[in-house]
Amino acid sequence: MGKHNFRYFFHEGISNMFSHGFMSFAAIGITVACLLIMGTFTLVAVNADQQLKDMEKDNEMLAYVDDSYTTEQARMLQKEIEAQPNVASATFITKEEAMKEFQQKYADETLFQDLDPAILRDRYAIKTVDIQLTGKTKAAVEKIGGIASVTAYEEISDGLITVRNIATVVCMTLIVILLIVSVFIISNTIKLTTFDRREEIAIMRMVGATNSFIRWPFVYEGFMLGFTGAVIAFLLQWTLYEAVARGVESSDTLQLISVVDFGQLWVPVAATFLIAGIVIGVGGSLSAIRRFLQV
Amino acid sequence: MIRLKDVEMEYDNGTQAIRGITLTIEDGEFIFLVGPSGAGKSTIIKLLTGEVEPSQGRIMINGFSVSNISDKQLPLMRRTVGVIFQDFRLIEKKTVHDNLAFVMRAVGSSEKELRKRIPYVLKLVGLEKKATHYPTELSGGEQQRVAIARALVNNPTTIIADEPTGNLDPERSLELMQLLVKINSLGTTVVVVTHEKDLVDRFEKRVVTIDGGRIVNDSVGGYVGGHIHG
Repeated sequence: MGKHNFRYFFHEGISNMFSHGFMSFAAIGITVACLLIMGTFTLVAVNADQQLKDMEKDNEMLAYVDDSYTTEQARMLQKEIEAQPNVASATFITKEEAMKEFQQKYADETLFQDLDPAILRDRYAIKTVDIQLTGKTKAAVEKIGGIASVTAYEEISDGLITVRNIATVVCMTLIVILLIVSVFIISNTIKLTTFDRREEIAIMRMVGATNSFIRWPFVYEGFMLGFTGAVIAFLLQWTLYEAVARGVESSDTLQLISVVDFGQLWVPVAATFLIAGIVIGVGGSLSAIRRFLQV
Repeated sequence: MIRLKDVEMEYDNGTQAIRGITLTIEDGEFIFLVGPSGAGKSTIIKLLTGEVEPSQGRIMINGFSVSNISDKQLPLMRRTVGVIFQDFRLIEKKTVHDNLAFVMRAVGSSEKELRKRIPYVLKLVGLEKKATHYPTELSGGEQQRVAIARALVNNPTTIIADEPTGNLDPERSLELMQLLVKINSLGTTVVVVTHEKDLVDRFEKRVVTIDGGRIVNDSVGGYVGGHIHG
């Protein structure tokens, strides 16, 4: 493609875009909406996933040793616990250590400061490999002789897993549906342009223009529609994400949730938006122009 | 050179438009293609511009075999043929200059070539002062001259004019035909499809008469035999 041709294609593409202002606006609007919905669900899934990873890192279940076991007997259980599937590590905590930690946690509560460690049990802090298998691991540890009970925060991990799974499924479904809708709408916008310019296309064909020469201005138009949609969607997504992140941080009830900083996400988000926008735009224009290039 | 050898053309709906036409048009020749409505003149134009392929027979246009031309060769063949229509088919939102520039760019000409070629062609058709005008600002005769300029601007070896005087008064029609003769004198092959008997008779040129999809007469010096309808 020569330099003058590139300039011509680009100029024609832009002028097509403005000559059908309303349809171009609609095409950009639908692309923005599609990318924004897609992006929002993807970011929810990414955050749920990150939350799960954080939980996996910090999550531990506590296995309490039977009162009848001496501290020495309780220490003997370590190997058996660590031999269980999905157990990453097991740290033994004596009653005294547990009481000390408890008292440190409630340092302001004078009532707790002179408690007898004997009221507590020796315990193991167990970290798991896969948080999704928490329930099974808990059941396996409970079966070990000498373990009186096991406490695990299954509800929180189950909730996050559900959020992540739903977000992933919804995200994938929406991506497919919205991609099809976007391609369809952009395709129709370009069809309108090609219909309006059918006489020009016929003349171009008559004087011996190649199909690729006829196609390029429309491809540029689709590219520009998709690109503009992607840029606007990215800026809106950024604003929206920051607003939600600030909301979560300032909320008393949502303090447990840590939102991933957008600084860590903007590169993949921008790249995905640009690629998706351009694929939607160029794909839509190619499907629209195809029938004008037959004969 | 244009050669049609035993060309038959049957459309998908079963209409037999052309029945075994054999015709040779030498380089630099000027011919009138005449005949009544439905004789097959439009089909011949479609065959010569590669819009349709013949059902049978062979067509050679300026070195290209149109009968089995590939998608890649078709645009190259079309660049050797300039077409002029009765209804001009100019792009109204482009100026005269831009109508010409548009078709030059369509075949990949550079801006330098445009600057050189467009003024030359506009001068040839007598419209050098109308370059910045829009088609709607021109008379019918001027619009047809823009169409001729557009057909010429890519320097084709053949010009095919389909009823070029159909929308013009007799005086403008004569002027236009004289312009086509002038273009022919510069070496371009000219094929004029028309039904205007008076106009044909004014020029001592080869006249090919078609009727019922067949050539019924091929002679020089005005229309011979039969009646030409619109």
